[in-house]
Amino acid sequence: MIEKTLGKIYIGLILVFMYTPILVLIALSFNDSRSRVVWGGFTLKWYRTLFDNSSIMSAFGTTAALAFVSAAVASLIGLFAAIGIYSMKKRSVKVMLFFTNIPLLNADIVTGIALMLWFVRFFPLGFVSVLTAHITFNIPYVILCILPKLETMDIRQFEAARDLGASTAYAFTKVILPDLLPGILAGFFMAVTMSMDDFVITYFTKGPGVNTLSTLIYGEIRKGIKPEMYALSSVLFLLVLIILIIANKTDTVKEN
Amino acid sequence: MKKQMTSLLLVICMVSCCLCGCSGAPGSSDSNELTVFNYSEYLDPEMIEQFTKETGIKIKYEEATTPEEMYTKYISGAISYDLLCTSDYMVKRLIDEGQAQEVDFASMENFSNIDPKYLKISESFDPGNKYSLPYFWGTVGILYNTKKVKGPIDSWDVLFNGDYKGQIIMQDSMRDSFMVALKYLGYSLNTQDENEIHEAAELLKKQKDDVESYLVDEARDEVVAENATMAVVYSGEAYLGHDFNPDLEYVVPKEGSNLWVDSWIVTKNCKNTENAKKFLDFLCRDDVAYANFEYIYYSTPNKAAVDMMDDDLRNNPAIVPTDDSIKDCEVYEAFDEKTTSLYSDLWKEIKSE
Repeated sequence: MIEKTLGKIYIGLILVFMYTPILVLIALSFNDSRSRVVWGGFTLKWYRTLFDNSSIMSAFGTTAALAFVSAAVASLIGLFAAIGIYSMKKRSVKVMLFFTNIPLLNADIVTGIALMLWFVRFFPLGFVSVLTAHITFNIPYVILCILPKLETMDIRQFEAARDLGASTAYAFTKVILPDLLPGILAGFFMAVTMSMDDFVITYFTKGPGVNTLSTLIYGEIRKGIKPEMYALSSVLFLLVLIILIIANKTDTVKEN
Repeated sequence: MKKQMTSLLLVICMVSCCLCGCSGAPGSSDSNELTVFNYSEYLDPEMIEQFTKETGIKIKYEEATTPEEMYTKYISGAISYDLLCTSDYMVKRLIDEGQAQEVDFASMENFSNIDPKYLKISESFDPGNKYSLPYFWGTVGILYNTKKVKGPIDSWDVLFNGDYKGQIIMQDSMRDSFMVALKYLGYSLNTQDENEIHEAAELLKKQKDDVESYLVDEARDEVVAENATMAVVYSGEAYLGHDFNPDLEYVVPKEGSNLWVDSWIVTKNCKNTENAKKFLDFLCRDDVAYANFEYIYYSTPNKAAVDMMDDDLRNNPAIVPTDDSIKDCEVYEAFDEKTTSLYSDLWKEIKSE
């Protein structure tokens, strides 16, 4: 009995520590004062002005475009890389995984500065340079998500399809790809999250006038973060929550 | 072997695609484009759009939060900036390092809007006003809660006499904290005299018990939230503080204080100086200067913009400091290496005790 209540308290504490900051943020998005320490009454005006604020909207657009395009490209490259690694000899696999793991563990600041130094030799920094950087750091995540799926996949199904006269491409899209799809999707969403989260690498590789949400917020720190940003963050949090609930629902339906 | 050749070819293809797709060598900028580097939230974004509408010159706008960050980004050369707005001592450093271009500001149509008084102040870091154009300026002073203080506040004395023990917030910055002590003792804030510096350090050490905390950006909010009675803040912060909590007032102590100027310079990388001058001229125009002032509420050196303010604003010492209040104010000058290390050693001692 005591054990049970203690367990509940423990979990409760974890949830409080994880979610109070977000609740504070959501509360501030309804605050009718620009200051974060004064409560000026309830308002929805920040949600209205949010959509008129061109700098926030353009940063949001850049963030979304970066996240989805870089994740898509990284998924494609990662897919082929994973298949390549899967069909390698054991020693080569080890070498390849060693190299793909380095960017995962490497400090962002090192990756960021290195990419910046490399890019400026070839083209002016701008959207393309940030996109290239994001694709670069996303690839290892995709590979890591797809490789386990490849290892559990039964290659004999592919061979059977080939025996029964399917072309390589046909057998690939009809047999291998459906098997790998959960892994590819997991990798894709992992990449989207990583790209949206990133500040350091974006900061170093972005060109003038290119802003993502994270770099925009960083710039606002000097004079206080604008309440519109709280509103946008709340909307984003709600969106993710809805997606998660839907995903969980469909999962339980499938299991039943 | 064949396989290896194909993969090699593929790699070459990919690399060349990348290079061709994003052609253009670094530094080559469109002649009708300006890359502008400024502090964050330091220019009304609508004014940038208006400038492009009026002149057809496109602005690539980049922001940073501290002068040091700006300097690092500028010197790294990753982006070729045409115009840069930074603070007095960093302006001096850039001029000394030959990074600024000499510009004939007087030939600009709206240059006369800049009050000559501020050009004179700028001479301390840019003799002859050859390289820099003042953009905004301000002071450092005390932001205090009128309901919680006993008697008028007009001197640094209140921070040291123990009356407000545990209710004081100091700036967590070596230069600003030493400035307060030095000015209180009646010395120059640019002093290189070891005895004076030691005396100031002793005073700050003694004061430490009375200080609630040393903060930078949060200093204003703590006074707004009434967690502290007074704080050493920049004048721009003070106006916002007053906006959030009408009980707050700002004063530049009578012993004098620091006066800071943020100025524009045209970098040596700028190829089209005519366009850069057009941009600076645009910023000096009365309506543009006023729009920028309304966006950030710092003191403007533009007298046409001051004329456009209503009486409330014009009489607010945080917005338009009186000549009298700034007569003992000084602009920071760079120290030599030995003095810098003396200051930072003493500052470390104060903070760690």
